[in-house]
Amino acid sequence: MEKKRYKDLVDKYTPKEEIFYNAIIAFIIGGIMGVLGQALIDFYSYYLTIPTKEATVCMIVTLIFLSCLLTSLGFFDKFVNFCKCGLIIPITGFAHATMSAALEYRKEGFITGLGANMLKLSGAVIIFGVVSAWTFSLLRMLIGVI
Amino acid sequence: MIYLNAFIFAGIVCALAQVILDKFKLTPGHVTVIFVIIGAFLDVFNIYDKFVVWAGGGALVPITSFGHMLTHGAIAGYEDQGFMGLLIGTFDLTSAGICAAIIFAFYFSLIFKPRD
Repeated sequence: MEKKRYKDLVDKYTPKEEIFYNAIIAFIIGGIMGVLGQALIDFYSYYLTIPTKEATVCMIVTLIFLSCLLTSLGFFDKFVNFCKCGLIIPITGFAHATMSAALEYRKEGFITGLGANMLKLSGAVIIFGVVSAWTFSLLRMLIGVI
Repeated sequence: MIYLNAFIFAGIVCALAQVILDKFKLTPGHVTVIFVIIGAFLDVFNIYDKFVVWAGGGALVPITSFGHMLTHGAIAGYEDQGFMGLLIGTFDLTSAGICAAIIFAFYFSLIFKPRD
């Protein structure tokens, strides 16, 4: 009873437009990130004449570099607070998580601080990515055999 | 035209993630993991490759492409080298991103001091 009343109260005072407004911002910022990625691929493949497949890798490394640089200069946290998923879901979010953990734990020493904690937040992405990729490709392999 | 497709695809993925984040009160870590798994799943029957052809960079920038590349590498490894290729090939395509993130984070954390 108490829990239900509390939930009703919270629902009453949670602003409804917030979800819609946040989604619109994430849509626009995420879209801009996508266009930036495509523009970088085109830039690398046309002007520096790198094959498209390697231009893709260059684009990802460029975005990671920019995200790490802006995080260590202290701007990126403000952007993330404003755009939320618009910057977390692109590859910039992965670099941001790694970079901010590295900055935070640097003062606890090199091995026990920086080395042990750098992948604290982004490790989840790598671990679940590898586990699911291995499982799904094993499934596909088994389907192919049958 | 590919720029418009890139905008729409990346935008929809990010907006979907934002709605999930707000609706179910999850942390950003949960949402990223969910999208990596979705990307890895979509590559099993080569669905994500069609998105990449259609949206170009728009499909390669979101974290779903990380899962897609992991599965893609594992399947390519299996076709090349048999069963052990599943383990050998997994990081083939994504190692650039992971290495870049670790190396930049290490050196920048030596240069810059944390600020709140």
